Amino acid sequence: MDDFWAGALWALKIWLYLIISLIMIPAMFGFSLGISETYMNILVKTLEVLTLVFFMSLIDRHALSYADTSILGLIQRENGSMEKELEELRQSRPKPPVGGDFTLSDCFYFTRRGIESIVDDEVTQRFTSEELVSWNLLTRTNNDFQYISLKLTLVYGLGIIVRYCILAPLRITLAIIGLSWLVIGTSAVGMLPNWRIKFWLSEWVHVMCYRICARGLSATIRYHNRENKPKKGGICVANHTSPIDIVILCNDGCYAMVGQVHGGLMGVVQRAMVRSCPHVWFERSEMKDRHLVTKRLRDHVNDKTKLPILIFPEGTCINNTSVMMFKKGSFEIGATIYPVAIKYDPKFGDAFWNSSKYSMVSYLLRMMTSWALVCNVWYLPAMHQQEGEDAVQFANRVKSAIAHQGGLVDLQWDGGLKRAKVKETFKEQQQKKYSSVVVRDDSSSNSD
Amino acid sequence: MGSRASRLLREEEIEEIKKETGFSHSQITRLYSRFTSLDKGENGTLSREDFQRIPELAINPLGDRIINAFFPEGEDQVNFRGFMRTLAHFRPIEDNEKNKNASASEPLNSRTNKLLFAFRLYDLDRDDKISRDELLQVLEKVDVEQKMSIRFLH
Repeated sequence: MDDFWAGALWALKIWLYLIISLIMIPAMFGFSLGISETYMNILVKTLEVLTLVFFMSLIDRHALSYADTSILGLIQRENGSMEKELEELRQSRPKPPVGGDFTLSDCFYFTRRGIESIVDDEVTQRFTSEELVSWNLLTRTNNDFQYISLKLTLVYGLGIIVRYCILAPLRITLAIIGLSWLVIGTSAVGMLPNWRIKFWLSEWVHVMCYRICARGLSATIRYHNRENKPKKGGICVANHTSPIDIVILCNDGCYAMVGQVHGGLMGVVQRAMVRSCPHVWFERSEMKDRHLVTKRLRDHVNDKTKLPILIFPEGTCINNTSVMMFKKGSFEIGATIYPVAIKYDPKFGDAFWNSSKYSMVSYLLRMMTSWALVCNVWYLPAMHQQEGEDAVQFANRVKSAIAHQGGLVDLQWDGGLKRAKVKETFKEQQQKKYSSVVVRDDSSSNSD
Repeated sequence: MGSRASRLLREEEIEEIKKETGFSHSQITRLYSRFTSLDKGENGTLSREDFQRIPELAINPLGDRIINAFFPEGEDQVNFRGFMRTLAHFRPIEDNEKNKNASASEPLNSRTNKLLFAFRLYDLDRDDKISRDELLQVLEKVDVEQKMSIRFLH
């Protein structure tokens, strides 16, 4: 019995030494031994072969239509304006000489639009994970595919063993090491007096810990346009898909975080981080006071020695197929905005955190049992608020730039619709538009 | 298994729905996917709240009445069959259907049934109180088949 424990302890020691030498040290100093690259290459080749096998089996079963509909969507919409379509409906009736008209057939337009939105709408699909065209051997993406063939099932079984028994323990170990090192390292640096070396050390500790965490997720990140990286005294805005966005961005630079003070483990991490360099943490009560929030952010930005602030203006996690409305708060401060676009590759693992379905812990476990995390980060050129542009317009301009670069759909809807109902004012806008068609005041009909 | 469909659709059910509504196999499975994604309670039926969660529908002036059309008299839940039956009204009329056997029961997406759907949107207490002749006269020249159809992709 003792032998067993001695043997287990010895194996654990070897395991830890291997991890430290092969993964931690390269991460600390920023070079790579090529292990991750080899893994990724094998993974990509395997998935390519699998996609081929998958489509062949679909052809055998005459079920190729699956692939078509998931790319094209369910229906083909006619995007005519309300006025144009109502006019078409009323073609057969004589136009009244003055004022507007109401016809019973007007309801056709609204009914059709309503049913179209029931079948396929722009918004609700953004709060669930993106659908894949072909299966990538993860149970969680196998909604429509079900049982395909014996070969595929065997490979899938092998995949489970690899993911849960080899990759997951490795990643969990790395994550624990990374987080504890973050807390210890930042506290240690925080005890130094304010010499120049403190800033340098603090940055190094932060980046190192985030690099370890990134290795803990088998993350492959490609940074584009690094000459546009956010500088001190600015605000960095990015689209939000999951808490891992922070790890992704902080692998390449140091940012000041903004957020609520949490209790428990998160609170410990937050307090440690703030010792080594200034972050902006708010008490829950302070968050309600918009002027206080704006003032604190403005103070931080105006101090040119402080790090750029990282903000996610959507306010909630979206599934990385679109960018939703940016809240105007951070655009009112008057600082330079550095937009960043983050796009994950869904083939290797779904990064979206569906907070209504999964808790943080189960989300992280899912991340650690995916194949890998592949993403592209684009740094966009800095933007300033222009003359005569208000905060909302500025926010929309930044949002469009990010959506365009990341290949995401630019939506005007509020991410808060994930949980809240749509505001009555939007319905009233539609009603107003329709009533102006019905009433059609004299000024416009006189010009006919 | 963690999949969205808490219950998979059986082949016999798909066949029945196909016969009743005229949708194709893949359209039915895709619409079932959509049905389950709207079904937040995961109990196989949709309630009025599930529909109201769609923002584009919530801002539609006729939104509430369209939602009502899905629910049979006095009920608060609609299952997948009912969902498909209502959507079937909006399938376009195909040419080969126009010459079908006259004795077969009228398909759900016929001109008359489309008009009946629109009629019921006005007739809130469902007692046929709007003068039907008047309505049909008004709608005589309107291209009902096109305006009350949605182009479903196969």
